[in-house]
Amino acid sequence: MSAPVALDVQDVSKRFGAHWALARLSFQLPRGGALLLTGHNGSGKTTLLRLIATSLQPSSGKLTVLGLDAATAQEEIRARVGLLSHAHFLYEDLSALENLEVLARLLGRPASAARDAVARVRLDPRDDRPVRFYSAGMRKRLALSRLFLKAPALALLDEPFGELDPEGIADVEGAVTELRAAGITLVLATHQIRQGQGLCDQRLHLETGRSVSA
Amino acid sequence: MKVPGLLGATWILLRKDLLLEWRSRSRINALIFFSLATLLLFSFALGPDTALLRRGAGGYLWLAVLLASVLSLGESFRVERENASLEGLRLVPAPARAIFLSKALANAVLLLGLAMVLVPVLVAILDVRVVLPLPTLLEILVLGALAIAAPGTLHGAIASHARARDVLLPLLLFPILIPALVAAAKSTALVFDGDPMGQVDSWLGLLGSFDLLYWALGFALFPRVIEE
Repeated sequence: MSAPVALDVQDVSKRFGAHWALARLSFQLPRGGALLLTGHNGSGKTTLLRLIATSLQPSSGKLTVLGLDAATAQEEIRARVGLLSHAHFLYEDLSALENLEVLARLLGRPASAARDAVARVRLDPRDDRPVRFYSAGMRKRLALSRLFLKAPALALLDEPFGELDPEGIADVEGAVTELRAAGITLVLATHQIRQGQGLCDQRLHLETGRSVSA
Repeated sequence: MKVPGLLGATWILLRKDLLLEWRSRSRINALIFFSLATLLLFSFALGPDTALLRRGAGGYLWLAVLLASVLSLGESFRVERENASLEGLRLVPAPARAIFLSKALANAVLLLGLAMVLVPVLVAILDVRVVLPLPTLLEILVLGALAIAAPGTLHGAIASHARARDVLLPLLLFPILIPALVAAAKSTALVFDGDPMGQVDSWLGLLGSFDLLYWALGFALFPRVIEE
């Protein structure tokens, strides 16, 4: 018997004005699986992740995430999906802990969970500096801690190795391994193929919004 | 602990919005000085006719608050655009209506504080007197701040998607605020000049109705506005 499907993408296209960011893309990912999404800048990786996270809606096609229709069950999908984005979703004038506490309260978790999540990515929960004073690598680690705090069933990682030093890259690799060991389904988008290859069991390469290999 | 409902999420986000305002106190100071400069410019533009200045005091107060509100409303969405924090909130998922309520309430608190700073300044530079009871003035200030905050938050969210957002927000907001501006200015003028005909309640009724309408519209429409 085949594993249940976490992600079912059927003929999905996404258009921004006259530009097709994704064109008739189809693939499946089993639960607990890990997909390495590769492609150059502008190939549609981020658009695909934002479609799966339901930040965007497809222009055509059908997208099913964790058994839920992305067109009608956005809130349910969002509750079970975590996105590590380029943008980090952080408030610059709040400290690392304050940023995580807002998220923890919205998720109904205790404040101690926010402290644990900050400490887990080797940041100091007592550091009361606003995030605007953080380096790019520290921001990336803090964004990763948002993912740990949410503990999603499906984790979407958009360029998780960008802006990181070798130690930070090792941290992310460790985090991905932990997520996989916990049975969390993973989609990892990167153009640093070497780093992502050993962490995933399936690969999809995009060129100008089309799949050229899987 | 369980996931908070609409009111719980609104409270969490309101605390976050007020904390962000407090952390950027330099912006609040800039807002106060901008409003003071606006008041002074009105008095210079109209000349030394103190009777004329006193008659228009209610209008100057609300025009100064309205012009300053464009800056504060734009700023409240700039904070959310930076690092795509608004998208991050929606993906938690925080209820869209809680985001609207918290932002509109935080904007109302800021505008109310601004109006409360400007009233003593009006008293000092235009020599106006508060004739009606202070609670009536406070009621007008609260209703006036709420009247700008709800449509301002809704249209601030709409304008935040646009490239020319700084121009678009006042273009969208000012025309629909005319009834609220008239009601707030007239009722404030009655507080300063006296209300022998008992008109203040009618203006307050108009202001309250405007608030109800636009808070309900914002509550209903905001989820559609912030989804791409």
